[in-house]
Amino acid sequence: MDRDATVRVADFHEVDLGFTEAEILIEAARCIQCKTPKCVNGCPVGIDIPAFIHACGVGEFREAARIIKKDNLLLAVCGRVCPQETQCQGECVLGIKDKPISIGHLERFVADRERKEGGIETPMRLPATGKRVAVVGSGPAGLSAAVELARLGHEVTVFESLHEAGGVLRYGIPAFRLPKDIVQAEIEQVRKLGVEIKTNHVVGRSVPVAELLGHDAVFLGTGAGLPYFMDLPGENLCGIYSANEFLTRVNLMGADKFPENDTPVKFGKKVVVIGGGNVAVDAARVACRMGAEVVLMYRRGEADMPARLDEVHHAKEEGIEFMCCTNPIKFIDGGNKAVAGVEAVRMELGSPGDDGRCSFAPIAGSNFILEADVVVEAIGQGPNPLLLQMLPDLVRNKNGSVMANGLGQTSVPKVYAGGDVATGAATVILAMGTAKIAARAIDKMLRGMSQI
Amino acid sequence: MYEIVKTYALSEAVFEMWIRVPQVARNTQAGQFCIIHPDEAGERVPLTISGIEGDLIRVSFRAIGTTTKLLASLPAGACLRDVVGPLGMPSDIANGPETVVIIGGGVGVACTPIIAQTAKIAGNYVIGIIGARNKDLLILEDEMRSICDDLFVTTDDGSYGIKGFASGPLQTLCESGSKIDKVWIIGPGIMMKVTSGVTKPYGIKTYVSLNPVMVDGTGMCGSCRVTVDGERKFACVDGPEFDAHLVDWDDFLARQWMYCPEEKQSVEYREAHHGCRCRKVE
Repeated sequence: MDRDATVRVADFHEVDLGFTEAEILIEAARCIQCKTPKCVNGCPVGIDIPAFIHACGVGEFREAARIIKKDNLLLAVCGRVCPQETQCQGECVLGIKDKPISIGHLERFVADRERKEGGIETPMRLPATGKRVAVVGSGPAGLSAAVELARLGHEVTVFESLHEAGGVLRYGIPAFRLPKDIVQAEIEQVRKLGVEIKTNHVVGRSVPVAELLGHDAVFLGTGAGLPYFMDLPGENLCGIYSANEFLTRVNLMGADKFPENDTPVKFGKKVVVIGGGNVAVDAARVACRMGAEVVLMYRRGEADMPARLDEVHHAKEEGIEFMCCTNPIKFIDGGNKAVAGVEAVRMELGSPGDDGRCSFAPIAGSNFILEADVVVEAIGQGPNPLLLQMLPDLVRNKNGSVMANGLGQTSVPKVYAGGDVATGAATVILAMGTAKIAARAIDKMLRGMSQI
Repeated sequence: MYEIVKTYALSEAVFEMWIRVPQVARNTQAGQFCIIHPDEAGERVPLTISGIEGDLIRVSFRAIGTTTKLLASLPAGACLRDVVGPLGMPSDIANGPETVVIIGGGVGVACTPIIAQTAKIAGNYVIGIIGARNKDLLILEDEMRSICDDLFVTTDDGSYGIKGFASGPLQTLCESGSKIDKVWIIGPGIMMKVTSGVTKPYGIKTYVSLNPVMVDGTGMCGSCRVTVDGERKFACVDGPEFDAHLVDWDDFLARQWMYCPEEKQSVEYREAHHGCRCRKVE
């Protein structure tokens, strides 16, 4: 159940309150326990969904947690931020005639129940192999790879450049979608499994590449941390942020509580967010909670928005105006080197492009100016160049991401990659899926080595 | 947690502290910086690493904002929550013999010895120019004198050394036709802009160390974007040193002061709360 929009826009507490135990039992009982379950195919990490739903149905929530944790240790996180509608729930056969099972809510309930009861069970580890693996980045990909490798008996060190672990779970996704104490609790589980997470360690700077490559294997999970900008006139005016910066200031540094916290952010009275993905919607909803009137500007039609439907729906409830088929062309200087407005142009539908999506073209003479004292650009991110420039032998794709095969192997021996740094910006769970595959490939490689 | 081993004032405005951060000290080269996040409620502030000794790094700062005032108030033995580095690219110091001029203004002087020393060890002829508003604010003269082959000292009011700005001796050197291969200028934004104007007509490669607002310091947020030769650069990963003659100074100066009103508000808030950093726990 969602909290009322008028109440929730005044704080950063969670929007969706989840299911009650009674609702969970009813929901779990709806599952028809397919012999060849399609939901599992839809899950990038392959959780045994029917088994965990069955455990829920008989009230065995700890057992349900145990089942999920065989494949995913970040269950409270994934129960909240996975796009279930296009994955497990999208495959659910009940969805053909009726509503699919709310698998995400079940997963979340199981995780929350175990955490609240205390005594969270840490999965078993295989006997120590004596192999040392370095994981770069502690976001969804890095954590998943670390967990998988640790369970398989390897000694894992995770290097994180920020002062908190979690990557995008910490700095990117706002607390009203993913409360930070939950992220913290799940990362604690990763540590309990024996994974060492070293924050404030920048590979390529405080951890030399030679030291990194001194490990028996390396997993790169550095994500898509480089913000793209639109290259429009006036882009460097004060008050114009990348979504990464805006969200990091608030989610990681607590700038919404300035001056109680020292990090400032321009709250803005009229905020324009540019983009149509989850990051754009997150930024818009953050700005809204800091008291701004928010317009989300997107160059294509609303149906083309890559953001999750749920989030778009929530954003609208919270009073965010969606201005689709509109593209910014210039930022207006208020005369003091601070942004005062966005000049934009209306777009119309053209013919479909190579990717099958229709391209939109500007309508001549449709220019107008939208007042804004804060602008947030959320038009996508690329792989962070810092580490990659230190590993020149790493072959990259055209878009700059690290080239990795289906097993996560890169062009450098012993170095694997997964998550956004290899796939380009995607979802938390896809990052976890690729990381898990890479971790298993690393395990195979390391065990092969031991036999020699 | 990272221990402050030594801390002291260099002048009434400039403070220095030595912090134990082995992994940073081991890997730092001249020109790089670190980010300090003093405590949970604190800001991440970038500070140039101005010295290295064993496991220790030195940072130097003016106590003007909330974070720098807090840092100045911490005693030796106190711990900082986070220190990360070295960040940014090292200074482009070539093996000599080249003639290099290293100029520091105000607190920027604190960052000159590490560059001067590296240049000296690399076999270069090192000329230093350090300046301050007046004699009392001048710092690190002895340290620079012990490193540099030549040292000029300026004060704005003429209370010590040559009267005027650090650009004066640089102008004289340029006009005298002495061979200068590279110049480094470190100081307040406007000082770097003006001083680098001196070498421009002579086509002398001139570096400035830019200190825009940063958050992560690893290329992730874009807060520190600066325009250099018409291109967007991130000072945290592409810099902090850039060719002074290619920097868009108006852009840089405006962005540097973006949070002036918030800075003032923050300092007032801290003063009103007696510097207390306890927070209401939700």
